Amino acid sequence: MLLIRCPYCEAERPEVEFTYAGEAHIARPADPSALSDDDWRDFLFIRTNPRGRHFERWRHMHGCGRFFNAVRDTVTDKFAMTYKAGAPRPSDEEIALAASVKEARP
Amino acid sequence: MTNFRIAGKGRVNRSRQIRFTFDGVDYAGCEGDTLASALLANGVHLVGRSFKYHRPRGVLTAGSEEPNALVGTDRGNGRSEPNTRATVLEVFDGLKTESQNRWPSLTRDIGAVNDALSMLFSAGFYYKTFMWPKSFWDKVYEPVIRNAAGLGKAPTAPDPDTYASRFAHCDVLVVGGGAAGLAAALEAGRSGASVILCDEQAELGGSLLSEPAAEINGQLAWDWLEDANAALAAMPNVTVLPRTTAIGYYHQNFVGLCQRLTDHLAIVPEGAPRERMWKLRAKQVVLAQGAIEKPLVFAGNDRPGVMLAGAARTYLNRYGVKVGNRVVVVTTHDSAWHAAFDLAQAGVEVAAIVDVRGTVPSQLAAAADALRIRTLIGWTVTGTKGRLRVSSVRVNPVTNGGKVGAAETIACDALLMSGGWTPSVHLFSHTQGSLTWNEDGQMFLPGRGMEECRLAGAGKGRFGLKAAFEDGAAAGAAAAADAGFGAEPAVYHVEGELSFTGVTGRELPTDRDPGHAKAFVDFQNDVMAKDIRLAVREGFKSIEHIKRYTTTGMATDQGKTSNINGLAVASDALKRPIPAVGLTTFRPPYTPTSFGTFAGYNKGALFEVTRKTPIDAWAEENGAAFEPVSLWRRAWYFPQVGEDMHAAVARECKAVRSSLGIFDASTLGKIEIVGPDAAEFMNRMYTNAWTKLAPGRCRYGLLLGEDGFIRDDGVIGRLAHDRFHVTTSTGGAARVLNMMEDYLQTEWPDLKVWLTSTTEQWSVIALQGPNARKLIEPFVEGIDLSEGAFPHMAVATGKICGVPTRLFRVSFTGELGFEINVPARYGRAVWERLFEAGQRFGITPYGTETMHVLRAEKGYIIVGQDTDGTLTPDDAGLGWAIGKTKPDFVGKRSLSRPDMLAKDRKQLVGLLTTDPKTVLEEGAQIVLDPNQPVPMKMVGHVTSSYWSAELGRSIALAVIQGGRSLQGQTVHVPMPDTVHAATITGMVFVDPENTRLSA
Repeated sequence: MLLIRCPYCEAERPEVEFTYAGEAHIARPADPSALSDDDWRDFLFIRTNPRGRHFERWRHMHGCGRFFNAVRDTVTDKFAMTYKAGAPRPSDEEIALAASVKEARP
Repeated sequence: MTNFRIAGKGRVNRSRQIRFTFDGVDYAGCEGDTLASALLANGVHLVGRSFKYHRPRGVLTAGSEEPNALVGTDRGNGRSEPNTRATVLEVFDGLKTESQNRWPSLTRDIGAVNDALSMLFSAGFYYKTFMWPKSFWDKVYEPVIRNAAGLGKAPTAPDPDTYASRFAHCDVLVVGGGAAGLAAALEAGRSGASVILCDEQAELGGSLLSEPAAEINGQLAWDWLEDANAALAAMPNVTVLPRTTAIGYYHQNFVGLCQRLTDHLAIVPEGAPRERMWKLRAKQVVLAQGAIEKPLVFAGNDRPGVMLAGAARTYLNRYGVKVGNRVVVVTTHDSAWHAAFDLAQAGVEVAAIVDVRGTVPSQLAAAADALRIRTLIGWTVTGTKGRLRVSSVRVNPVTNGGKVGAAETIACDALLMSGGWTPSVHLFSHTQGSLTWNEDGQMFLPGRGMEECRLAGAGKGRFGLKAAFEDGAAAGAAAAADAGFGAEPAVYHVEGELSFTGVTGRELPTDRDPGHAKAFVDFQNDVMAKDIRLAVREGFKSIEHIKRYTTTGMATDQGKTSNINGLAVASDALKRPIPAVGLTTFRPPYTPTSFGTFAGYNKGALFEVTRKTPIDAWAEENGAAFEPVSLWRRAWYFPQVGEDMHAAVARECKAVRSSLGIFDASTLGKIEIVGPDAAEFMNRMYTNAWTKLAPGRCRYGLLLGEDGFIRDDGVIGRLAHDRFHVTTSTGGAARVLNMMEDYLQTEWPDLKVWLTSTTEQWSVIALQGPNARKLIEPFVEGIDLSEGAFPHMAVATGKICGVPTRLFRVSFTGELGFEINVPARYGRAVWERLFEAGQRFGITPYGTETMHVLRAEKGYIIVGQDTDGTLTPDDAGLGWAIGKTKPDFVGKRSLSRPDMLAKDRKQLVGLLTTDPKTVLEEGAQIVLDPNQPVPMKMVGHVTSSYWSAELGRSIALAVIQGGRSLQGQTVHVPMPDTVHAATITGMVFVDPENTRLSA
């Protein structure tokens, strides 16, 4: 069972309090009717499914109820960081920094 | 009965005798014995028959890695278990055990014919031997094989035991209570860290329990152990858990511990749980699991009496039991020599030590000479004899060139073997820790770890007591330091260290045809070296494939004694080094674990939550039959005396259609949507238009996924300009709220809207039938119920029976109807008041089955029954529910994708069977031409089907390709015994003009 840090509660909580909510940073188009069939298909169904670093959404379902984003390695299952919904996709430097702070914690 | 107990040896309590049975025979053991040690003390080696060939098998090991000695246990009062390892089962007074996989008896087993036919049962025999005729597989071959193969019998009665579970946290978890684990726990404990030390055995000590002669810091091993136990017990920050196996190691130092609490007790305290699952989160983990001895691979290495040398030494030193009167030792490792020495010193005749190595340490040879033990250095073992117990061993010299010389036969009643030691890296591997091949030690050692974890002692290849103590102390101190506690590792002085060099044995050289040698690699799954070679010859190259084809390492012991030997045989056959062949994956649980431990408290009534409405108790008191609907328990129907479900539902339906029915609709999902942007939010979520819906009015709402398929529906009332009372399907409430929250929080955070689940805040009483208004009128205050003022699809707040209500004029039956929402705590009182007053109308409580029939008669769909996640609004005949002029809503864009506009999509239609008495099966497939060849082209399936008492015939709903354009056509429903014909119709079977809604 993973420990996940909720960026709203600012606390680590066990995985059972959370639900997974798919890949992050896929914004719903402002005007879906303007999209071609192929573009709309990509929005609906096409996901990166990476081996390694994955930007994904979680919901603190049995806590504060908020949706947030996380950076998790799909091979090691390790979370590099979590951040609030709506915040921009963190850069490599920010992710490395967050991960190093985590490692350094006693 | 011969007594093999040796005076003055062992730790068992001789003064406390235990009586137990094995295969109906009474035996005596001592307190502290395992079943294996107690049987061996009585001279019993034969304890079971093997999985495939029914070969006689005895005790191989003295620990949890035991592959052979599996027994059925009966602990009394219905407590039974198959496949219990005799080597870990503690004996107690009254314990009953029996051997497995034999008939009619252990010594005379008919299934042993399989051994003579073993050529038929080679690797992959399932896929080869029984190919013809094809039809024989299901009816003849598989049942016969299933009957012949296997081990114990699963109990058929429910498990009478209870199981517990708990969460726990600690600074340092130490797994394994041998020398390394004890040193680590002492160190971490002294630092002040909170420590949990677990060990799978009944007492701490590990290999120290078999090393009474060793001296630690000037103390004899067992004296030191006693002091260590006392020191740990005196530290309040240390929890010692014996009989507790760390079964799985998961991410972020989450470790599952299975603690066995009562299996060793003759009298189980009332209510005591049998086992407890600890779900433990540790800041730091020290794995000190020790090492497991490897058997040697040679012909006849599986006979009863052939045993690991280390196990024999444990039986002698810990349990005071000699495993034979005349033993031979065969080894590639020093440690087996010490077993020979200990046995010889205890008065057992050691006929020979056969060491396959060309040279051995000189001090060992000298010690053997001093004890007058014959040593055969550079010899091999090529066979054994003895039907139910080994009686002799065949040994041959091997020249430097590898030539096997003439055989000699040595009589013996026990053959002790050692192929070296395998570090237990199982738990380390559970968390994706990498393993690296150590060529010198011929073993896999832990490499890069993924967790806050250290290994210590033999578990990471540091063999010997001194190394274990020092490594354990260092690991314990470092773990404590990393958890924030200062610690300086203690120094250990050890005397009496064993010699511990050796080589990993390949299959032993032989002068006979290895292709016919019954040289076992995996004892529990009956896999021989020649099976692995056969797999390689047949083209299997990956160890993962070889494992699955031969089943080596796939038994309940997970190959603890066999994996490395199997790998070595495969490596030789493939002519590739062991690391290139690879290692199979270790998976939890470390040892077989009862399902009860995993289930814990979650069984019976606690298996899952049962949600009950405030009116549920009334339904129970009034004889309702119940059905589960998602987590809810709902009244299904209310049978009267002598009524079956069919009769009850027909009566309930008639009551609603002719006068008045009352129904508990409290489980409906309810969401309160409030805020200045509430209508805008509704417009974006639901297909319908909401802007113009006046407060006090309701509308049927349809919710799609972004893919355009129907997700949920429900009646939604607008209570005020900025307030909607949304209802959802019973099972969909949580999902719908989650979806709404998702859009609100992440896509439209600018909208000023608040969502609240109110499902459990309201009791909902549905009153349906022509007399519904007449009944409630006298009880309602503040709402004009006349048709003009409060028409179908109206909503108002007021009072009923003196309590506040949100009153909906809605109908899921097609009759005049009301859904009375009252605060949950008044639900039962209002229900009872209305039920009493309704007697003059013959008011009839009805359940979900009647509700389904009534709605199907009207063609009202149930999302999830009539839809399946592939139906668009148009497919379901709900195109009218789409706000065509709205620029956007969830799923709108998908409705114009080419697939969604295709002409041959499945559409929801009505079906009337040609024979009105036939009620179709829900889920039945539909074809156009019943005479077409099989496989037929399916054009759809039945989604809802009921007997309609109102119509005196069956009705059904179905999805059929292009169904709406096929109105009036006949389709066919093939069933196993017959084919039903049916005509496609509209979906509304009763009152298509909706006159009754406004009756």
